[in-house]
Amino acid sequence: MTDLTRMTAARLADVVAGGQASAVEVTQAHLDRITAVDHDVHAFLHVDTDGALAAAAAVDTARARDGRSGLGPLAGVPLALKDVLAMEGVPTTCGSRILEGWLPAYDATVTRRLKDAGVVILGKTNMDEFAMGSSTEHSAFGPTHNPWDLSRIPGGSGGGSAAAVAAFEAPLAIGTDTGGSIRQPAAVTGTVGIKPTYGGVSRYGLVALASSLDQAGPCARNVLDAALLHAVIAGHDPLDSTSIDRPVPAVVEAARHGDVRGMRVGVVRELTGDGYQPGVQQRFDEAVVLLQELGAQVVEVSCPHFPYALAAYYLILPSECSSNLAKFDGMRFGLRVGDDGTRSVEEVMGRTRASGFGEEAIRRIMLGTYALSAGYYDAFYGSAQKVRTLVTGDFAAAFEQVDVLVSPTAPTTAFKLGEKLDDPLAMYLNDVATIPANLAGTPGLSLPVGLAPEDGLPVGLQVMAPVLADDRLYRVGAALEAALLDRWGAPILDGAPTL
Amino acid sequence: MAWEQAVSDFDPVLGLEVHVELSTQTKMFCGCPTEFGAAPNTQTCPTCLALPGALPVVNAVAVESAVRLGLALNCSIASWCRFARKNYFYPDMPKNYQISQYDEPIAFGGWLDVEVPTSTGGRIHRIEIERAHMEEDTGKSSHVGGQTGRIHGADYSLVDYNRAGIPLIEVVTKPIEGLGEMAPDVARAFVAELRALVVSLGISDAHMHQGSLRCDVNLSLRQSPSHDFGTRSETKNVNSLRSVSRAVRYEMQRQGARLKAGERIVQETRHWHEDTGITTSGRSKEQAEDYRYFPEPDLVPLAPDADWVEALRAALPELPAARRRRLAAQWGLSDLELTAVLNADALDVIEATVADGASPASARKWWLGELARLANERDVDLGHLGIFPADVARVIALVDAGTLTDTMARQVVDGVLAGEGSPDDVVAGRGLEVVGDDATLQAAIDDAVAANPDVVDKIRSGKVSASGVIVGAVMKATRGQADAARVRELLMARLEISP
Repeated sequence: MTDLTRMTAARLADVVAGGQASAVEVTQAHLDRITAVDHDVHAFLHVDTDGALAAAAAVDTARARDGRSGLGPLAGVPLALKDVLAMEGVPTTCGSRILEGWLPAYDATVTRRLKDAGVVILGKTNMDEFAMGSSTEHSAFGPTHNPWDLSRIPGGSGGGSAAAVAAFEAPLAIGTDTGGSIRQPAAVTGTVGIKPTYGGVSRYGLVALASSLDQAGPCARNVLDAALLHAVIAGHDPLDSTSIDRPVPAVVEAARHGDVRGMRVGVVRELTGDGYQPGVQQRFDEAVVLLQELGAQVVEVSCPHFPYALAAYYLILPSECSSNLAKFDGMRFGLRVGDDGTRSVEEVMGRTRASGFGEEAIRRIMLGTYALSAGYYDAFYGSAQKVRTLVTGDFAAAFEQVDVLVSPTAPTTAFKLGEKLDDPLAMYLNDVATIPANLAGTPGLSLPVGLAPEDGLPVGLQVMAPVLADDRLYRVGAALEAALLDRWGAPILDGAPTL
Repeated sequence: MAWEQAVSDFDPVLGLEVHVELSTQTKMFCGCPTEFGAAPNTQTCPTCLALPGALPVVNAVAVESAVRLGLALNCSIASWCRFARKNYFYPDMPKNYQISQYDEPIAFGGWLDVEVPTSTGGRIHRIEIERAHMEEDTGKSSHVGGQTGRIHGADYSLVDYNRAGIPLIEVVTKPIEGLGEMAPDVARAFVAELRALVVSLGISDAHMHQGSLRCDVNLSLRQSPSHDFGTRSETKNVNSLRSVSRAVRYEMQRQGARLKAGERIVQETRHWHEDTGITTSGRSKEQAEDYRYFPEPDLVPLAPDADWVEALRAALPELPAARRRRLAAQWGLSDLELTAVLNADALDVIEATVADGASPASARKWWLGELARLANERDVDLGHLGIFPADVARVIALVDAGTLTDTMARQVVDGVLAGEGSPDDVVAGRGLEVVGDDATLQAAIDDAVAANPDVVDKIRSGKVSASGVIVGAVMKATRGQADAARVRELLMARLEISP
């Protein structure tokens, strides 16, 4: 049999269901792969070997008892879980020292749904601290390396999840996307990542960065796998008030029937040109031509307020995060610093937070605290909310004319580790194309459309659709993916260096 | 400063904030039970402990309670409103922010009429209601070791999160002007009326001593009603009706003395001390606490359906003011008589006693007289004295039938309170029965007259009031089982004095 770690999730599920390999064998193959390569990649913060093998064994037992009919579509398929989602009894750090040692007493709804579906959770993946960053360099536990070039960043904040998938450590991963943290890592690692419609996937147990922007979603090596995972985790959850009580869009169906014929595709004028690396722009332009060849009607669309989205985002996000992160005070869980019996509670809270949070977390907490302060609120938070409304209006107007919007996912390919670490603004610009969808709550997908000629690194194309039209992302993504595969003859990741 | 001087030199402006703890089955934002008095931290979950990733979900019963209270306070009900986060660090606040409502309360712009007794009967004051909004309670800190039980000097502190997340409604009045010397009484009457209102709505136990109804008193002084408002103090921890009036009175005198001495009033939080009857300075609000309010992104806006609100309005029970008017009319009470009933908190028990067959006059006489005295002696409410309205009605019936004298009836009440059973059990058990035959009484009178010749002389010389001694002796001889009025008649006949 071919290497189990090179198979798609769909194929692995079939292999397990058909008995060609047990879930334990599949899981062990991936654990072995992690042992072999994660020393270099550092995608994982915690590998739950025993838990994963036990979960796999449970799938094998269920299959032995009930046959394949009782198994879900991803039963026995391994997955890497971003360390921002709570998992009972398994360390959950959010890439921060302040949560070191915390063992959640409960599962996030996403975690629970994965377990219920028989998905085997291999472990927790690295991330920028509390999902703040675009390179995974802000993890308190050291950066993750891009499997395409270990000296480069894997994107962020979900660099661990994307790298695990790109390095064949897991066929699937869960990311979370507040401003691009699923899509940008997908773009720079040659993988597929989807930010579902806000409210499409429960946030219960997702440690909040910015509550109104955060959304968990699937990471995979192809569009169909992502859709299968999307279907497992999505759907209404009474524990999350912002979760939408509507049927999940038919994403798997759409991924199986990629087709853009007659579809109106809008290229966002404000998300091209200046600031985009030439090779990124080139591969994007070629993909747009390909969409046209596949039967889509391509038009240019203007979203005049998108240029203000980044600024608004960096007021809304820090504001919410300054409040969300207040609970990390050393009182009830995690790190506690300076409690020697002489210091006041305020001092202990202060010392815990000062030593438990990294530089970027402190920067955003400070920004948000100022933005919400009396006298500044209207100018900062208030104005940002107005921009948010305008960006949402841009999407609404655009979707009057077209069915989906497209843009490059990120302005550049993967940059060197350390390159932008001391320049927060340059780092923030990585998300310029992905942030509008978070502000508007609309869904977005990134898929690889080639390697940039100048550096041979993957380039991602972003598809954006209206709220609750996530299926369109998959329809477009699957059509483009199939056409590119025809052109290339092999999946893009086959061209990645051997680790 | 003497009270009279404070009143003559200054014009008080009063503002009241009352927190009503709702008696819902579960907490405001999670499913934890709300029972009072459980072992510490046994009524908690990830949400009310603010564990990372947990999310709030609004308690629908609490919203309904808030709407009903808003309607009963003649408020407008917001057709759309939101929760907001109030950010500040304190260990009994698990999230380090409180979910409250800020500029979008669920109810606003109402009024409540309160009646204050004066020498010429009740006077009605219309108190304007600024708003009523929903929020969650904090946990409870206790400080162990040290002298004062306060945080300073304590060895360590413990936090009980059972109370964290219990639903509260905060009712805020507009500034109440023009009260002068009535301010303490009006403040008390307002809190009493609000308490009666929430009890009649069945939304809270409203036990001030358990903290399920808590009052903050805002007070400022100015030279005259034509001057601008002065600087106010906010007195917290005012947890009995009596304390409300005392705290207002104390603050008027304290502030008056300061102003007279040319000092200024500091805007600050003050603490009321029930034992000493004074307020002391808490934290100063001049280094203003900036709560950085912003809309709670974990919850969706509330949009109470207009038909639902109207249905709730139509289903409101008879409110206390209407009920008082109805009962006063039915019982033929004057304003002063009604006031006496209300001050004794005897409306419910009298109504129940009348329902069990007693005349309103007798029921009122018993509950405001002997039973009020006993309740006072035992320091309990009339409702918790240990005798049911049905028992009281039976005692009254026995007196009306001539079976018991008033003295004997009091013995029956004592017996009931002593656990000797129902009134009829006590009558039988103690052998209580009116001595009805005149011959027995005549004999006792003869003995008493013979034993008290000097008293008889006084009576004969016109001092009729001295006859009490003889009557008392007869009552004693008959172990209280004689009808005193009949004894007096027989005595006068024997001494040949016409009544």
